[in-house]
Amino acid sequence: MRDINVSELTNAVKKLVMDANYYIPKDIRDSLEKAYKDETSQSAKSILQMILKNHDISREKKMPLCQDTGVAVFFIDIGQDVHFVGGDFEDAINEGVRQGYIEGYLRKSLVNDPVIHRVNTKDNTPAIIYPRIVPGEKVKIVAAPKGGGAENMSEVKMMKAADGIEGVMDFVVERVKKSGGNPCPPVIVGVGIGGDFEMSALLAKKALFRNIGERNSDPEYAEIEKELLNRINALGIGPMGLGGKTTALEVFIEYMPCHIASMPVAVNLNCHATRHKEIIL
Amino acid sequence: MAEYRLETPLKDEDIEKLKIGDTVYLSGVIYTARDAAHKRLVDLIKDGKELPFDIKGAVIYYVGPAPAKPGYPIGSAGPTTSYRMDPYAPVLLDNGLKGMIGKGPRSKEVIDAMVRNKAVYFAATGGAAALIALSVVSAEVIAYEDLGTEAVRKLVVKDFPCIVANDMYGNDMYKEGVEQFIKRGKI
Repeated sequence: MRDINVSELTNAVKKLVMDANYYIPKDIRDSLEKAYKDETSQSAKSILQMILKNHDISREKKMPLCQDTGVAVFFIDIGQDVHFVGGDFEDAINEGVRQGYIEGYLRKSLVNDPVIHRVNTKDNTPAIIYPRIVPGEKVKIVAAPKGGGAENMSEVKMMKAADGIEGVMDFVVERVKKSGGNPCPPVIVGVGIGGDFEMSALLAKKALFRNIGERNSDPEYAEIEKELLNRINALGIGPMGLGGKTTALEVFIEYMPCHIASMPVAVNLNCHATRHKEIIL
Repeated sequence: MAEYRLETPLKDEDIEKLKIGDTVYLSGVIYTARDAAHKRLVDLIKDGKELPFDIKGAVIYYVGPAPAKPGYPIGSAGPTTSYRMDPYAPVLLDNGLKGMIGKGPRSKEVIDAMVRNKAVYFAATGGAAALIALSVVSAEVIAYEDLGTEAVRKLVVKDFPCIVANDMYGNDMYKEGVEQFIKRGKI
């Protein structure tokens, strides 16, 4: 059994949300540089050039890559031999978010009530936290701040087994096509298949944070990922939707077993400023 | 595709020469507003009340900036998605608004209102928020401070980079840019 004071969680979260918003992950950067070289249209090239220059400015000046610094989403793997002491687990995470968003000059983008009042909570809390108990005595925290523009273009569909893989692929491609320039393409496309209604959406979200080029370990799903990426990039939506070769940088599928009657499929889109940062305590 | 440097407020002769795909560097005063502020502006017009800024020839930028760090006029300030303002934009255009800056396609109603009123929609690069912030010279909240990041701000900008996405002739770069790509691919 290992004791971890929750103040360690607060400090880790504070640093993670700031770093995730200032520094673009290297795999995304490399992929956007490649897209810049590949594009031939003038507007696509100039947009990608601005995006790359923006990475440099963010890093140098510690200014957020995007003004939408997102809702603070955390995937936290907790070793089953860890014992948190010194306070409440969720409060500690939220305190880290509060400190990070205030001290890091990040935008507070949450309203207290979704429909009636919509008053800003002023400190970007509450965070969205997905804890999971795993073997061991370590804690892994992945911070994945998620902007509203791409999230709004996401969808869950309860499909039929008879729809088959063709049906799934058509749904994914159609979702990206309908989204056009709204989710800030080039996008990352996260696809969750199976589980149940909400698990498919969670799988789609988790899929977004795989590294560029890292295919599904199942060769059949890996092929589908590649085919989907080709189909999506043939749509011609391009950077910011103004036309071009690069509509998506990647398509990632996560799947799991599901009920004999069901085939839930979720598509979660992320913008070209796909931010994530992790730490192990 | 041409490149222009324009000063706000925009005049008809500025807008008449703009075509989709043109690069524009805007300088002068622009105003910020998102969904919540748009609702209030449109309510004021409906009630026959005065707006917090002169809308004749004005340009509205759809943005909710990040807080300014010490020594900077504004924090990161890239565009938000424009379709959420589509229900309000035609009323503002009919009252003299000449330009909008945002990201993503507009509805037919907004495009028709742009043609009707000789107005233009500029696409800024979403996610290039730190870069765009550097073109902001000064920022001042002029209305709806209670909305926080969504308040109406008066920005003075210098060479704010954008692309003409909808011109006053009814052309739509979100449609034509994609169609051109598909056409090229098939040749």
